[in-house]
Amino acid sequence: MKPFEYNRANDLDHAARLTSDGARPIAGGTNLLDLMKLEIETPDALVDINRVPLGGIEPDGDELRIGALVTNSACAADERIRRDYPVLARAILAGATFQLRNKATTAGNLCQRTRCYYFYNTEMPCNKREPGSGCSAIGGFNRIHAVLGASDACIATYPGDMAVALCALNATVEIATAEGHTRSVPVRAFHRLPDDAPERDNVLEPGEVITAVVLPAPPGGKHVYRKVRDRSSYAFALVSIAAVVRMDGGAIASAALAFGGLAHKPWHDERVDALLVGEVPSDALFDKAADLLLDGAQGHGTNDFKIPMARRTLKAVLREVTGDAE
Amino acid sequence: MTGSLEMDRPDDRNRLDAMAQGVIGKPLDRPDGPAKVTGSARYAAEYAVENCAEGVLVTATISKGQVVAIDEASVRDMPGVIAVISDERMVARPAQGGAGESPVRNVRQVEYWGQPIALVVAETFEQARNASKQLRIEYRSDDDAAIDQHSRDVPIETHGEPTIQGNLDKAISQAAYAVEVTYTTECHNSAPMEPHASIAQWDGTTLTVHSSLQMLKYNVKELADAVGLDPEDVRLLSPYVGGGFGSKLGISPEGVAASIAAMELGRAVRVVLLRQQVFQCVMRRSETTQRLRLAADSDGRLVGFGHEALVSNLPGETFAEPVTQASDFLYPGENRTLRIDLARLNLVTAGSVRAPGEAVGMQALEGAMDELAMKIGIDPVELRLRNIPERHPAKDIPYSSRKLAECLKAGAERFGWHGARRSPCHTREGEWWIGTGMATAARVHNLNEAEARVTLYPDGTAAVASDMTDIGTGTYTVLGQIAAEMLGLDRNDVLVRLGDSSFPPGAGSGGSWGAPSTGSAVFLACEAIRTRLAARLGCQEEELTLQDGFATVRGQTTALSDVLKGDQIEEVGHFKAGEISDKFSAAMYGAFFTEVAVNAYTGEARVRRFTGAFGFGRVLNAKTATSQCMGGMVWGIGSALTEEEIFDKRYGHVVNPDLAEYHVPVNLDVPHLDVVLVDERDPAASPLQAKGVGELGICGAAGAIGNAIHDACGVRLRSFPFTPDKIMAELGDP
Amino acid sequence: MALIINGREYAFEGDPRTTLLDFLRRDCDLTGTKKGCDHGQCGACTVLVNGQRINSCLTLAVMHDGESVTTIEGLGTIDDLHPLQAAFVKHDGYQCGYCTPGQICSAKAMLEEAANNWPSFVSENLSGETRLTPDEIRERMSGNLCRCGAYSNIVDAIVEVMEREQ
Repeated sequence: MKPFEYNRANDLDHAARLTSDGARPIAGGTNLLDLMKLEIETPDALVDINRVPLGGIEPDGDELRIGALVTNSACAADERIRRDYPVLARAILAGATFQLRNKATTAGNLCQRTRCYYFYNTEMPCNKREPGSGCSAIGGFNRIHAVLGASDACIATYPGDMAVALCALNATVEIATAEGHTRSVPVRAFHRLPDDAPERDNVLEPGEVITAVVLPAPPGGKHVYRKVRDRSSYAFALVSIAAVVRMDGGAIASAALAFGGLAHKPWHDERVDALLVGEVPSDALFDKAADLLLDGAQGHGTNDFKIPMARRTLKAVLREVTGDAE
Repeated sequence: MTGSLEMDRPDDRNRLDAMAQGVIGKPLDRPDGPAKVTGSARYAAEYAVENCAEGVLVTATISKGQVVAIDEASVRDMPGVIAVISDERMVARPAQGGAGESPVRNVRQVEYWGQPIALVVAETFEQARNASKQLRIEYRSDDDAAIDQHSRDVPIETHGEPTIQGNLDKAISQAAYAVEVTYTTECHNSAPMEPHASIAQWDGTTLTVHSSLQMLKYNVKELADAVGLDPEDVRLLSPYVGGGFGSKLGISPEGVAASIAAMELGRAVRVVLLRQQVFQCVMRRSETTQRLRLAADSDGRLVGFGHEALVSNLPGETFAEPVTQASDFLYPGENRTLRIDLARLNLVTAGSVRAPGEAVGMQALEGAMDELAMKIGIDPVELRLRNIPERHPAKDIPYSSRKLAECLKAGAERFGWHGARRSPCHTREGEWWIGTGMATAARVHNLNEAEARVTLYPDGTAAVASDMTDIGTGTYTVLGQIAAEMLGLDRNDVLVRLGDSSFPPGAGSGGSWGAPSTGSAVFLACEAIRTRLAARLGCQEEELTLQDGFATVRGQTTALSDVLKGDQIEEVGHFKAGEISDKFSAAMYGAFFTEVAVNAYTGEARVRRFTGAFGFGRVLNAKTATSQCMGGMVWGIGSALTEEEIFDKRYGHVVNPDLAEYHVPVNLDVPHLDVVLVDERDPAASPLQAKGVGELGICGAAGAIGNAIHDACGVRLRSFPFTPDKIMAELGDP
Repeated sequence: MALIINGREYAFEGDPRTTLLDFLRRDCDLTGTKKGCDHGQCGACTVLVNGQRINSCLTLAVMHDGESVTTIEGLGTIDDLHPLQAAFVKHDGYQCGYCTPGQICSAKAMLEEAANNWPSFVSENLSGETRLTPDEIRERMSGNLCRCGAYSNIVDAIVEVMEREQ
């Protein structure tokens, strides 16, 4: 870890002032400190925002507002989330461990960085870590890498689970700007594709601080979060799917699907949702959904399997979520 | 017979069973347990040493070449930095088990990515780690690093003498049933929970090092040789070792670097490997490519047996993963070919990782045996039972006690095995295919020279001392039980002290030989003490009954303290392996039975039930022995499903050098483990009639899981580990 | 600034880079908390902060001013073992012992989480009472690696304590 200046902010203004001066906000720290120890992240200053009042899960009309500092554990244990947004609780519980979720926060989890092996090895070229240095995952061992939306500059994946569920739920990220304003960004638009600037994981601008994530009114329907991984717990997703599907009289009334492990961002393809709506579930329909989802998918060698794995997992999820079995 | 024994013939006296105390074999709790569960057991890095500086190793970022310059100026002015050490005495590799001399030095000649080059010493750990990242190193990189075992220009040599008997090719071509298959395994890392750690102190004449090591008597010599001291001037302390699994058999680079730094700086220096460095610069288990050829007659009896393996190691290393070790003796077949080829690669040192040889050899062999059973159409248990040879198939010597058949039967019964008419894809529960599989366990029995001192105090308590280590195996427990049994004492009246190189040299923890060898030394010391007690009581040693602190001779009972009359009796037991291993083929055996679920969509495999039945001679403590078996079975799950240390084929570095991406099994991967201990006494194994148990549980375990996967979903994989992607690729439509 | 560790106040005035783990081990000589990976990947450093289990390697000491930390040393002593500690000894829920303090701290927190009805990934229902089945225990203890492979006995030890408490 490089030396840094440490300051604690007690309110949002104070935090914003310090971040505008270049300090990195630290909350749970479970990802940032991991990266700082490896000197992948080398901030000169940290601002500890743990005592900024951004906690709490509060209803706002039909919506539910999750404070940026609400821990993953608290979020997954919240009665309203368990009842009305089970896909979110399930996704959170699929990630990491109780210890990590007790520290990891809602905002921090959204901002967690890729687990790309080459991003983690500071001796290797990596455009995300060091823009312009190249991508050593291309042509290397890329089992956990992207098959959708990658670029020549970067094939890293977003590693999280929570944001995949938030994408399916079409939640919104609430951001305090450096100028003291608030702006809202749909989670579906919060993370970026790598394009030619993979150093930017998301659309946060310098000095901006996430203040909350807002869930829309409970969508109803059946919620499923499926995570395929190498060991049964404490492993990142090879492929994951969040699905919220409501049936009406044997047909799909609404569908929202999001995918983890496939891209630089939690993947949402509205064409897939649209294809399903109004249709009677069938294997042929599920195959069509997979065709659409994976149209243009490209493997990079060791991750080729993700394409058939996404297809098969999608079928499992759609069978489950549209089936009669409760 | 007193204090020393060279084991040239079986010890049929079976003395332990004739003792009166009745503690041997009992499932007693570990005496070191309370210290471990309260956090008061101190491991190597945890001693509060005054004015201790902190060192962090700097490792190479090329796979082959020379260090041209180390720019000390790049870190000298950083806060807290005390020194950059890149001494010619530093070691570039860990020592192999039992080396007894310094491993390869010359850290400036880089032979693998991650090789130690320098040590940065600073006042605090954070300062040292930060400076270690900033230290600028200039290399001249060679372009001929050999990284891929399968690339054409990698030099390959035949290791040792192949076994070639009869004509295997002919046997295969004429066999009623034949299996010719190639299995592969990837590199493994021992990944002990405690990273390698040392605190070195130098007082001008003696080097004292708290270090996490398995075999102190060799380690002292290795360290002394490396730093240029006399072994008498080196003292190692390893009373608690946070797991070793082979990776701490020899000294590793951090201990040597800490020692050199302490000697140069005149103050204590602590060096702990970063977790990434445990992957990058200690020890890997070699990847293997294994060609298995089995030829059976119409009754399913093996007439041809071939096991040929390609493994790898760095140039200059003499260790080659002994893949065929159990194949040497386990199954018959007069037409035999066993062979190990060794590729020289510029990858981190390959060495012993829990059960070197059998761990990966048995899982491949047992996969092939399952394929043969399917081909013949018989119960795989029956196939094993039909193939238990009467004499060693190559050496024509007898076996010592061997409980393989008993284990197969006991395990099958406990598990509820139904082996007749097996055909895959018979059971589906929702998304999951369910299947069962079995495999044989076998691990060669090893012995090593060992000494231990036993002192019987005037108050009737005793102490055992040896430089032997307890790496979680239960050494403290079983040595205490042996002494308590032999001297007729309550186990709590025997204090066992280990892990100090100033004590008599034990066997060290490795090759499952620790308990049978060092335990025999304790036994011999106790026998000698009994002889002296008998002399005091005017009887023969055999006439003496010792129990609960009393000695009974011909109906006359005397308190030990009255026999001792204020004296203490001290004896050093000295055990040597002798010629016994040439006269008998001695090994531990067992059988695994498991039930596995495979997801029909995703290929995820989960072990749902796992039974192991094991025969390894006398059980010294049923609780710790059971735990050892369980531990091996967990390793089997990792080897079958999740563990692979991956190297980048272009650069040669470990791609996944951490516990997030090197997947050791987690709690949820492991079902309730059911261990059956099969009663056995093996007089040719040791005077205790005991063999080793630290490794047996892994030897074949992954094979059983692979066989169960096949039974579940019909997918026969031959490239371990069987990760979801590999299984899924072979699955049909869900 | 100071932290309250096992009921005692420990002043912290060091390098802000110091993790809570290193502060415990080096500055407070509370070496029961183990460093296994230093990156939140093994759980050996698990301690309770304000009653919740966390990886002490992934948090800075300076971030815990005034907070209450419980380490393995705060649970019981050799002469007065905590029921979990005693159960780990009885069931041989350890071998080398290095992951053990983390396992025990984790288990203690887990029992409280379950009492508070926190669900886990393997919970069939997200509503209703949490019942710690063996699989629930396994999932909830999966943040603590044990390379010796003592998991089966660890589960047995926890089940015994749980059943005794009920």
